[in-house]
Amino acid sequence: MTFMEHLPALQVVVPMLSAPLIVLLQPRGLAWAGATAAGLASFAIAIALAMAVLDGQTQVYAMGGWAAPYGIALEVDAFSALVLLLVTGAGAAALLAARVSVDRQIEPERQPLFYAAWLLGLAGLAGIVVSADAFNIFVFMEISSLASYILIAGGPDRRALPAVFKYLIMGTIGATFYLIGVGLIYMMTGTLNLADMQARIGDVVALNPILVAAGFITIGLALKAAVFPLHVWLPNAYTHAPHMVTVFLAACATKVALYVLIRFDSMVFQDRLSDHEFQFTLFALPLAVLGILVASSVAMFEGHLKRLLATSSVAQIGYILLGASFVSEAGITASAMHMFNHALAKGGLFLAVACLAFHFRDLRLSELGGAARRMPLTCAALVVCGLSLIGVPGTAGFISKWLLITAALESGLWGWSLVAVILVSSLMAVVYIWRIVEALYFQQASAEGDTSFAEAPLQLLLVTWAVALLNIFFGLFPHLPLALANGSAALLVGGAP
Amino acid sequence: MKLLELLGYYNYWVFAVVLTVGLYAVIRKRNLIKKLIGLSIFQSAVFLLYITMDKVEGGTAPIIQKGVPDQVFSNPLPQVLILTAIVVGVSTLALGLAMVVRIKESYGTIEEHEILGAD
Repeated sequence: MTFMEHLPALQVVVPMLSAPLIVLLQPRGLAWAGATAAGLASFAIAIALAMAVLDGQTQVYAMGGWAAPYGIALEVDAFSALVLLLVTGAGAAALLAARVSVDRQIEPERQPLFYAAWLLGLAGLAGIVVSADAFNIFVFMEISSLASYILIAGGPDRRALPAVFKYLIMGTIGATFYLIGVGLIYMMTGTLNLADMQARIGDVVALNPILVAAGFITIGLALKAAVFPLHVWLPNAYTHAPHMVTVFLAACATKVALYVLIRFDSMVFQDRLSDHEFQFTLFALPLAVLGILVASSVAMFEGHLKRLLATSSVAQIGYILLGASFVSEAGITASAMHMFNHALAKGGLFLAVACLAFHFRDLRLSELGGAARRMPLTCAALVVCGLSLIGVPGTAGFISKWLLITAALESGLWGWSLVAVILVSSLMAVVYIWRIVEALYFQQASAEGDTSFAEAPLQLLLVTWAVALLNIFFGLFPHLPLALANGSAALLVGGAP
Repeated sequence: MKLLELLGYYNYWVFAVVLTVGLYAVIRKRNLIKKLIGLSIFQSAVFLLYITMDKVEGGTAPIIQKGVPDQVFSNPLPQVLILTAIVVGVSTLALGLAMVVRIKESYGTIEEHEILGAD
C-alpha cells in the first residue's frame, strides 16, 4: 500500500497519538507548538484527501486488513472530505491562534493536558467523519464529546461548570439513544457497516424495530447537534467556555453530529422505508423553521456578545437542517455548503471575540463602547464575518443562502413561505449583527476607560483576518466547497455510486 | 397466547422499564449526584438490550472445541460492543463526578436550583 492509501487512518491516528505525547511536553509553549503541528498535519491530510476525492476516487480503508462488512471500514467520499476540511481547518486555525489567549485563561501547568484534550477532540470529530461503521461512530462521538466537556470546563469561568454538566447529561442521553437505535438495526440486519446496512435493510420484513430505531437515532443525533428545541445545552456551554475552545467547537462540533444525521438518514432509511422521506421532512422541517425563527429572535434581544453569537448558531443549525429536510439534491448541496460557510463565518466571529476579550473583560454589549477606536482591525474583521453570517452578496454566507432559497423554491408548494422564513431570519440577522456594530462603533466608551490604541496580539489578529478574508474568497470563488457539496448530494440523494 | 407472547419478551420489558426509570431520575432529580446515578441506570438498560439480543437459545460461549460437532453459539459481537459501551459509560460517569466535585468546590452545593440561583 502506498502512503496515500493510509491517509484515512492517519487522519484519526495523528491527532490521537499526538495527544499523550503532548502531555509530556511540560516546558512553556512546547505543548502549544506540538499541538499546532499535529493540527496542521491533520489539516494537510484532509486537504490531500479532498484533492483525491475531487479527482474522483473514494478512499476506502479496511482497518487491520479485515475487509468491509466484517472489519471496520473507514471511508472518505465527497461529503466526508468537505466536513473533514472544516473540522481540521477549524482545529488548526484555532490552535494557530490559541497560544496567547490560552496563556491568559489556562494555568501553564495545566496547558499540556488542555492541548491533549483538544487533540483528542479533534481525533474524535475526524473519526466520526471518516468512519463507515455505525458503532465506531458512537465510540468516536463519545471520545469527542468527553474531550469537549473537558475543554469547555477548562477555563476560569465557574459558570462553565453547570453548563458542562448539563451538556454532559444531554450529550450522553443523545449518544445512548443513538446506541439503542444502532442496536435495534443490528438486531434486524445483523450488520454495523453503513453500506452493508443500506443493502440489507430492504430485506427486513418486520419494520417496527427499524422505525423505532429511526426515531431513536434521529432524536439522539438531534440532541448532539443542538437542533431546536434540543439546543438548551448550547448557549451557556459556548458562552462560558474559554474563548479559543468556543472558536473550535462552534465551528465544527454540532455540524459533525448533523453530518451523521444526514448521512445515516439518507443512506440507511430513505428510499428503503416507505414514506420515510415524507416523515423525515415532516419531522425536520418544522423544527428547522422554528429553530431559525425563535433562535434569531432570541439573538436580537441578547445582551452578551458570546451568548448572542451562540444563540445565532442554533438558528444556523436550523438552516442546515432545513436544506436536509427537502430530501433533494439541491437541498443537500445547500446544507453541505452552509455547514462549510457557517463554520467560516462563526469561526471568524468567535476569533474576533477572542481578540476583543484581550481588552474587554466583560463581553456584554453595553460594556464594549469605544472598541472600534481601540481595536479597529479586530472590529473590521468582526464586521466582515458578520456580513458573511447575514449572507451579503460577495461573502461566503450569500452562496449558501442562495442555494438554500433555490432548493426551497424547488421543493414545491411550501417553497415561497420557506423563502419568506429565510428572508425574515436574514433580516433578524441584520438586526443582531447591527447591534454588535452599534456597540463597537457608536457607543460611548465608559467614563474612566482609556481609549488608546491597543490591538490584540499579532498572531491572533493574523488568523482572524485570514479567516475573514477566506469568507470573502469563498464568497467570490466557491468552486472548491461547491464541487464537494454537489458530490455529496449526488452521493446521498442522487443515487450515484 | 397473545399474553404469553408479550410475557415472552420480558427481557425487553425490563429494558424499557429500566430505561424509563433512569431517564426519569435524570430529568426529575435536583441533586447532581442523583442525576448521574440516573444516567448510569439509563445506560445500563442499553447494556441489557444488547446482551438480550445476542442470546441464542441453547447457545454457549463461542469457543470451538475438538470433537464436538454442531455446537450452537451465542453471538459474541454484541457482547464486545457492549464492553466498549460500558467503558464509555464509566468514563462519562467519572468525568461527570469530577465536574460535580468542581461544582461543589466553587459553588459550595450540588443542588441544581441553588447553583442556578448563585450566578
